[in-house]
Amino acid sequence: MAHAAEAHGEHHHTPTGWRRWLLSTNHKDIGILYLWYAGIMGIIGFLMSLAIRIELAEPGVQFMTTLTGGDMAAAQQLYNVLITGHGLIMIFFLVMPALIGGFGNFFVPIMIGAPDMAFPRMNNISFWLLVPSIVLLMLSMFMEGPPGGLGAGTGWTIYPPLASSAGHPGPAMDLAILSLHIAGASSIMGAINFITTILNMRAPGMTMHKMPLFAWAVLVTAFLLLLSLPVLAGGLTMLLFDRNFGTHFFDPAGGGDPILFQHLFWFFGHPEVYILILPGFGIISHVVSTFAKKPIFGYLGMAYAMVAIGFIGFIVWAHHMFTVGLDVDTKAYFTAATMVIAVPTGIKVFSWIATMWGGSIEFRTPMLWAIGFVFLFTVGGVTGVVLANGGVDTVFHDTYYVVAHFHYVLSLGAVFAIFAAFYYWIGKMSGRQYPEWAGKLHFWVTFIGVNMIFFPQHFLGHAGMPRRYIDYADGYAFWNHISSLGAYVTAVGVVIFLGVVAYTLLAGRRAEANPWGEGATTLEWTLPSPPPFHQFEVLPRIR
Amino acid sequence: MVAQEQGMKHQYHLVEPSPWPLVGSLSVLVLAVGAVGWMHDWANFQYVFFAGLAGLLFTMYRWWTDVVHEARAGFHTPVVEIGLRYGMILFIASEVMFFVSWFWAYFNAALFPPESIGGVWPPEGIRTFDPWHVPFINTLILLLSGTTVTWAHHSLLEGNRRGLIQGLWLTVLLGMSFTGLQAYEYAHAAFGLTSGIYGSTFFLATGFHGFHVIIGTIFLAVCLIRAYKGDFTPEHHFGLEAAAWYWHFVDVVWLFLFSCIYVWGAGPAAG
Repeated sequence: MAHAAEAHGEHHHTPTGWRRWLLSTNHKDIGILYLWYAGIMGIIGFLMSLAIRIELAEPGVQFMTTLTGGDMAAAQQLYNVLITGHGLIMIFFLVMPALIGGFGNFFVPIMIGAPDMAFPRMNNISFWLLVPSIVLLMLSMFMEGPPGGLGAGTGWTIYPPLASSAGHPGPAMDLAILSLHIAGASSIMGAINFITTILNMRAPGMTMHKMPLFAWAVLVTAFLLLLSLPVLAGGLTMLLFDRNFGTHFFDPAGGGDPILFQHLFWFFGHPEVYILILPGFGIISHVVSTFAKKPIFGYLGMAYAMVAIGFIGFIVWAHHMFTVGLDVDTKAYFTAATMVIAVPTGIKVFSWIATMWGGSIEFRTPMLWAIGFVFLFTVGGVTGVVLANGGVDTVFHDTYYVVAHFHYVLSLGAVFAIFAAFYYWIGKMSGRQYPEWAGKLHFWVTFIGVNMIFFPQHFLGHAGMPRRYIDYADGYAFWNHISSLGAYVTAVGVVIFLGVVAYTLLAGRRAEANPWGEGATTLEWTLPSPPPFHQFEVLPRIR
Repeated sequence: MVAQEQGMKHQYHLVEPSPWPLVGSLSVLVLAVGAVGWMHDWANFQYVFFAGLAGLLFTMYRWWTDVVHEARAGFHTPVVEIGLRYGMILFIASEVMFFVSWFWAYFNAALFPPESIGGVWPPEGIRTFDPWHVPFINTLILLLSGTTVTWAHHSLLEGNRRGLIQGLWLTVLLGMSFTGLQAYEYAHAAFGLTSGIYGSTFFLATGFHGFHVIIGTIFLAVCLIRAYKGDFTPEHHFGLEAAAWYWHFVDVVWLFLFSCIYVWGAGPAAG
């Protein structure tokens, strides 16, 4: 990609070499940096999940002990550190950088007809702050956490007292907390940048109600980030002070309350799950419309459904806390409010289907991922309605049913959206098109693999298998074995994907401006592939 | 949607490549590693922390210097200035949510005081401040400073540079008085940071507010220097407006702290 369009930079001084990539103020270059970052993190996060599945392939502890030289306590801690790292990396360092930082950065300014982001320099620090953030998280895995153990093994939710000095007195926890703080600062700055760009830099005639749905999705996502992350920052700061400076926010002995942390965490954490999926919603709308060769069904409904999901997402957080001893009325409220989210989500799913209905559908690779998304995200959404019930969740809480649910919406939802976006836009971004057969092979292998991993986990959860533990009763052996086989199939899919990336970038055929034809109607398809270093020196006027 | 024609040349500001995001991020890494080492009493890590802090402050200084130079060079066209306004409002919105977390912690304890603190608020054994002494003076100081910053702004709008500078001087001095009085109050507190949930919520909520007062004071002091240099014109002075917005935000947070923590949360033995 380094050859991208130097020829087009004649109006403006175009930086080259290391200055171009390290000191960048260009939304497309920063987007590419984000995508490389997300790709590397995705591989690390995937390898962690593979280690988890290898361990869980059979009852008993065998794989982690080979890594720790037979030390059982260290193996258990390693397992906990791996699930924590897997969660944090996939959320903060794969999905968010890929969907928001990567595709959002590259395509939102283009889609709204802007030459760049509102604050190009701040855009760059949003990216570069992710480097100290991941360095701190990686460092934490090699520092003392619990007494005599390495790393932070708290899960991504870092609940005290496990995350307090009682559970993890060592510096690993502080490193993890500061890693999250920095990732949060990065995202808040990114959110400010996206909102300002979208509200202030739309081309003449590009009204809000003509704006492509991906831009709408990123706008709603940015508001969720802006308003939820500072609350996490407050909670993390309290945790840091409890650990190091003698405060008692979460310590009952001093009048504090560990449940307070859960409230603060989930007030952020629930909007966070919509932050992960909303940009995917936007991408899927574009892909479905492009390959059904029809405008999206119910455009305004689709846009405002995302607004509604974003709003309701702020008032349902305690459904993650149904087993902490909430008042029954509180549970009734959070149950009802949570189920309300199914309405705007249903609007989206039915509108995607209605867009395809009667369309002249072309099953290119991005479309396969998009249809896979609609199918599997709906499975995860439906199990979400099940879990929304406070009574039912009392039984399912912290079982593999929950693990299956959120992997259906995230791994098989958000990650499918990332792959849909990759195949949809790689030609535009790199100027080279992927080989169609390889993309389809990647899709089918991954589709089979991930369903093998996660569908049996519903059965395991129904049978009561608890999550976040290295071992399980023998009765759970069969479906765990199937699940692990699915992970190996998925690993083949990952290898195919890496091959597709390498082949496309090195030897893919040159992509034309619009490889998808009449269905692709947004502004990026009016530009050459790859777009010039600065697009829209003269602003487009939208009619 | 794609139907389009040639429009106008744009008025946006395409910023030149800059080293400060990278330098700032590396400084944050050094700062964070230093902080963790220092908190765990590793030898000499306080120096690592201060090195990172110095790098971060240097980055901020150079970055904002660049912004001021770009403003002077005329890059801040009307549409760019609207963008800066959006940016500042959104930043303040995120700051509001940060303070929401401290009020959440406070009310979580104050509305539902647990048995371990006697089931009452303020907790048993905590002698709180009399809200109508130093805290009330501080309230008046901040409210007054809100008027002096408006005085400065309106003087500028009238083309009265003397009034601008006087108003800013007064605002900065009032801000420093607030910080001084707050430090005095902290020094005379009958409870400490570590004395249970009252000290935790009191010192972190008011402490983060005080930290924001200091930031706002510095922001206004920078505007004062820029006013002396003649950077602000009646038409073009967003830096000053942003400082004023920030100052009003800090003021409003204080009013909530004063009414919720100092007045409503005062014990009968206050003072």
